[in-house]
Amino acid sequence: MPDLDVFRAELQSWLAGNAPESLRGRGSSALDGVWGGRKWVFDHPDQKPWLERCAGRGFTAPTWPREYGGGGLSSAEAKVLAQELARLRMPPPLIGFGLTMIGPTLLRFGSEEQKREHLPRICRGEIRWCQGYSEPDAGSDLASLQTRAVRDGDHFVVSGHKVWTSYADECDWIFALVRTDPAARKQEGITFLLIDMDTPGVSVRPIKLISGSSPFCETLFDGVRVPVRNVVAEIDGGWTVAKALLGHERSMIADAFGAGAGGTTRRQGLAELARGYLGGTGELADPLLRDEIARMEMDTRAFLLTVQRSRDAAKAGQQPGAETSMFKVHGTELNMRRNELMVRIAGPQALGWEGPGFDEEELARTRDWLRSRGNSIEGGTSEIQLNIIAKRVLGLPD
Amino acid sequence: MQLVLTEDQELLAKTARDFVAARSPVSRVRELRDRGDATGFSRALWKEMAGLGWLGIPFAEEHGGAGLGMAELCVVMEALGRTLAPEPFLSTVLLGGQALRLGASAARQAEWIPRIVEGDAIVTLATSEPRGRFEPCHVETHAEAAAGGFRLTGEKSQVLDGHVADLLLVPARTRGAVDDAAGITLFALRPGAPGLTIERQSRIDGRNAALLRLTDVRVSAADVVGEPDGGAPIVEAAIARASVGLCAELLGAMQAAFERTLDYLRTRVQFDAPIGSFQALKHRAAREFIAIELSRSAVLAAARAVDAGDDEAARLVSLAKAQCSEAAILVANESIQMHGGIGMTDEHDIGFYLKRARAAELSFGDAAWHRRRWAELSGY
Repeated sequence: MPDLDVFRAELQSWLAGNAPESLRGRGSSALDGVWGGRKWVFDHPDQKPWLERCAGRGFTAPTWPREYGGGGLSSAEAKVLAQELARLRMPPPLIGFGLTMIGPTLLRFGSEEQKREHLPRICRGEIRWCQGYSEPDAGSDLASLQTRAVRDGDHFVVSGHKVWTSYADECDWIFALVRTDPAARKQEGITFLLIDMDTPGVSVRPIKLISGSSPFCETLFDGVRVPVRNVVAEIDGGWTVAKALLGHERSMIADAFGAGAGGTTRRQGLAELARGYLGGTGELADPLLRDEIARMEMDTRAFLLTVQRSRDAAKAGQQPGAETSMFKVHGTELNMRRNELMVRIAGPQALGWEGPGFDEEELARTRDWLRSRGNSIEGGTSEIQLNIIAKRVLGLPD
Repeated sequence: MQLVLTEDQELLAKTARDFVAARSPVSRVRELRDRGDATGFSRALWKEMAGLGWLGIPFAEEHGGAGLGMAELCVVMEALGRTLAPEPFLSTVLLGGQALRLGASAARQAEWIPRIVEGDAIVTLATSEPRGRFEPCHVETHAEAAAGGFRLTGEKSQVLDGHVADLLLVPARTRGAVDDAAGITLFALRPGAPGLTIERQSRIDGRNAALLRLTDVRVSAADVVGEPDGGAPIVEAAIARASVGLCAELLGAMQAAFERTLDYLRTRVQFDAPIGSFQALKHRAAREFIAIELSRSAVLAAARAVDAGDDEAARLVSLAKAQCSEAAILVANESIQMHGGIGMTDEHDIGFYLKRARAAELSFGDAAWHRRRWAELSGY
């Protein structure tokens, strides 16, 4: 395709002059990424110019329309961009929920004013977004949420308590589900509302986990005045927006498993780890551990083959198969099993919280194990996932 | 390696499923058993399957085959597995047929493979002995050198379709200790050979099998398949393919048992509700679904790796066998449990799926055996 070749050539020459050498190979894990926002501090001097240059070309959001700060690229062109960035091993210039969640939501459901107000600032990394969904009394049963938004002229007055808001203490704006009609059926009285975290009455408390500090926070709203123009789609019509976003989130998680995230691809082999603690060469001295390690590897492989099968089917132009519905529940459980096995292999050396007598890897592995207990809960519990499989895939009755 | 079926494979799958659904319902298993059928399968149906080209799938075109591989054969085996069809694919097309294809002389192949492909000959391979458990190289049956050949003495158990085989491939030890891989020679025997008794065995899964007793059975040097002392690689290669085919059968069986059980969950009413609305059963059914999907991926990968001669083929065969064995047992156990009392009756078909699952699990190495093999092949 000649146009695509021209695009690629131009892109390559632009990258040659604009992609800082210092960032090449820097990876794209959450720890290294640029999340942006008013409070953001870059940890490498070349990240800011890289972000600004990409934002100037709309490359932070390649397929979004140009008038909102995106690149206006077709999906084929966006693929070319991704390939060229991968070739140079450049990290993405910007990451975050603005690009992955609220941006696509505004493009689909937002008003023209909302798109013009928020999307360009997302694209430039000026505003960082978090998600306000779960509440202490509304987890799996999200629709039972109670954060109240009472109409007062041109504003809603918001009071309530959101929990598990990732990075709320570092974010500028929050998209939240609030209850605008307590009398209606629970899904029908919910509104999708955009709230500036700097508004008086918003406060944030970090949540410590059993594994130590985490990006999670509680976000409290105490009589927060939010302009009615910050409602996305219809008042009381927020559940539709939320469902679309949840579906989008789920396919992102499925894709992430496809790309090898979710911890199912590992750096150090289990057998190698075991040898470190058991000693010896050749056959592992503990036959039960040997069996467990083999089982872990084999189960992981069967899962990866299933992910591959699903990708092969997609490439062959087939509809996503039923097997994709098991990625979250099974992928997380494999990850948890693996973390558990690694801790047991280390024996008493896995008992360190911090300090002397434990090496960095041992401490990290133990924290990872503790943190991984949350994998089967966050993003839709395993129990909910099994319910969904039973209903949607197996057609079992309610 | 693409883990999706090609268009041709999809067409083959559909044809096979339709044929099996129309011509080989699972009730045949009970019928054949109850009337004590001497053959244990239908020779007429076998010929029809030959006519459809199924028997020739993995054999060379020069022998009348299709020159295809395990990928295509697994598509057919899965269809057959859905209704536990008893026709001798495992013994003849896989065990005996692959041993011939991979190890026999050109002359012997030319003599037997076309007849296999046409559905005119049953050939089998003896892979186990009573004290061998899962080790194909545990061979106590011994071959003493004798004028112009050998004398074979020993016992082979559960030789698939041994009671009707026209040709029996029998490993015997020419050298070495009982568990050595080296020193095993593969011999081609005809039924009726003096000193060879063949007794039909009755297995829980109704699979046709026979006990062979050899007492000084005379064979000539020409009856050696492959090289003297070099039989183990042929036997292992045949077992590898048979394992993959068996896994494909298991996949069909577990899928069919699962579907029947889902139907039951949707329709059986107790406490004024379909029992499929009870969350405990929903969750267990969802777990079965996951196990079946993982099994499908493993079978697809193993078949393709074997066809490609991949370095990883042996590991992937072990993965498939371990995964499918455990999944099939899970599904079969759950299927009976979820059917309640009627699941335990002989009259209901679901029990046959458990019997097949167990028999398959305990053939060619169970899951634990294959996990050990995976560890060995992986260097730990």
